Order: sequence, then C-alpha cells, then structure tokens
Amino acid sequence: MSLFSFVRKPRPAKTAQTAKDRLQILLAHERSTSGSAEADYLPMLQRDIIAAIRKHVPIGEQDVEVRMERGDQMSSLEINIDLPGAASKAG
Amino acid sequence: MTTEPKKNPPLGRVIVITSGKGGVGKTTSAAAISAGLAKQGFRTVVIDFDVGLRNLDMIMGCERRVVFDFINVIQGDAKLKQALIKDKRLDTLSILPTSQTRDKDALTKEGVETILKELKAEFDYIVCDSPAGIERGAQMAMYFADEAVVVTNPEVSSVRDSDRVLGLLSSQTKRAETEGAEPIKAQVLLTRYDQERVDKGEMMTVEDVLEILAVPLLGVVPESKAVLKASNVGTPVVLDEPSAASRAYEDAVTRLTGTVVEMRIPGERRPGLFQRLFGRAAS
Repeated sequence: MSLFSFVRKPRPAKTAQTAKDRLQILLAHERSTSGSAEADYLPMLQRDIIAAIRKHVPIGEQDVEVRMERGDQMSSLEINIDLPGAASKAG
Repeated sequence: MTTEPKKNPPLGRVIVITSGKGGVGKTTSAAAISAGLAKQGFRTVVIDFDVGLRNLDMIMGCERRVVFDFINVIQGDAKLKQALIKDKRLDTLSILPTSQTRDKDALTKEGVETILKELKAEFDYIVCDSPAGIERGAQMAMYFADEAVVVTNPEVSSVRDSDRVLGLLSSQTKRAETEGAEPIKAQVLLTRYDQERVDKGEMMTVEDVLEILAVPLLGVVPESKAVLKASNVGTPVVLDEPSAASRAYEDAVTRLTGTVVEMRIPGERRPGLFQRLFGRAAS
C-alpha cells in the first residue's frame, strides 16, 4: 500500500500560484493609482453620470449602477442606467 | 553577557521595523535584530512606537523595570536617561519602552526628532519597532529612518500591506521629502516561512514574494516553535537556545551590518527516496 500510495495520490492544487497571480494583478492596479483616494473615483463618476442624464431625463440615485472588473491585460467599466420613461414609451 | 563595545564614534543609524499588517512578527523581529546587533558589539537601542499597546517590554523581558517611557520624555516629564532601560544580558543594549496609557497622538514629529538626535550621539543602531497599520504611530516610526526592514509573511494580505508600506517609505518619509537625499534602504524580512508547504505548492516561495515586492531580501525566518518559547520567557530569539529561527535572525543581522552572508533557507531538505516512499503514509 505505502509503496504505491504516492502514485495514486492526486496532485494537490497549487494555491500558491493563485496567490501570486492575484497579488500581481491587484498590486499593478494599486501602484498605478499610488494609494487610497484615487481608487475612489467611481462614486464621483456615478454622481456625474446621474447629473448629466438628469438634464434630459428624470432618474433616481439608484438608477445608475457602476461596476468595475480589473483584469491582467485589460479592465472594463460597466455602467447600467435604468431609464424609467423608456419602458412605458416602448410598451 | 559582556560584549566588546565599539570605541569609534556612534554610527547613529535609524532602522524601522515595519509591515502594515499586524501579527507578522514585527516586535519579535525588532527584539531579535536589536539583540543580535548588540551581541555583535554595536551600541543598540530599540524603541517601541506602539503607543497604547506596549509589548516590546514583554518580548525583551523588562516589563517590570519600566518607570518612565518614550511619551514621558517627549512631553518633558522625564529625561531620556531615566527612561532608557539597560538590558541585563547585553550591556550594549537598551530599551526605550512606550506608554501603555496614552494614545498615538502623543507622538509629535518634533518630539521624535529630538529624541532620535540625542540617541544618535550615543548609539550605533536605533531600532524603531513600528505599530501595525499606517496611521500616526507607524508614520512616526518610519519618518526619520535611514533603513527599513519590512516584515512579511508569504501570504496575500501581508504581501499586499508590505507593498503599500514600501510605497509610503518612498514617499512619506524625511529622506523622501529631502531634495537630493539618498532614499531609505528598504529590504524584506520573510518570516513564518514553511518550506514543507512551499514544496507542496501551498505557500508562495521566497522568489514569488521578491518578484512581487521588488526589494532586496534581508533574510528568511522559518516558522519555528522557538519564537513562542522565547516570547513566553521574555528572551529575544537570538539570546535563547539555538534554533533555525535564531540562526536566520543572526544571518539577517550580519547582512544589516553590511556583510554578505549566503542566504540559507531553513528546512530546505529534499526528502530522500526512502522518506518519499514510506514517509507519506505516516504523514
């Protein structure tokens, strides 16, 4: 049993590699913004978007959703705006 | 233990032991490094910057000898000489404990500067044990440093915090703010390293951490039972009985003084064929 047990033993997942990869992606971003306050532009962006749309369409604070996905090669910014009038006009 | 004190004028070098994250071994490292420097004959003082959460005194085993502290000296209630505690094991080593009752706002940049200036005239090395975090206490501990030891565990949150601290060292310190000054010499001390887990791919390797942080390595201290045992009795690891951890700290100290020592990674033994075949069943 003990002679062959090492053959059948499943290869353990290399979690250390995952840790390294996650850190590299995260730190690349944190260093480029050099600290804390700079990463907080999303709430300001959301406020500005709401203000811009309100010039034309009445929308609430909750109708704009800003999401960020940071990747190794590229990052994406997803902005969802609920236009309340659109549904009733179309329907 | 009697050491041969250096006769030449004091070096007056300020070293901060910092990390960002708590619990990674800052105070253990500050105690071991300062005792190691003193053991080599350097006149050394270690200062506790963790105002309100005093612990260096316990790790150094002098908690019952504290009368005046760092804050008393800053506020002019005591002379520096009265607050310094001479180590009973090494005559080249002194400890400057902090206050247990005040908070970190009691630290002023001017007060810290005045005390450091006074200490520089008498000591070769002034080791500053930083509190965790990046608030005032940590800022004051690093501000006047010539050199920094960033204590890091091979674990994601510790590495991330170390990276942040390295950023602060290169921007929020006196050397960073002084035009033409040489930047702080920052180096990583990797602690709680477990070679067995590294071999299994469960822990980041020394190379992984260095690749991410991109600063020189001061040493690798293995996870060791000797560390808790030493803190239980209030003895810096390097003054306790020999262990893998004490050897790693001694090597790190020698590197701090500018001597090149080959990097040994403790516990790095490839298991033999016999052990591979029969060892697994037992583990």
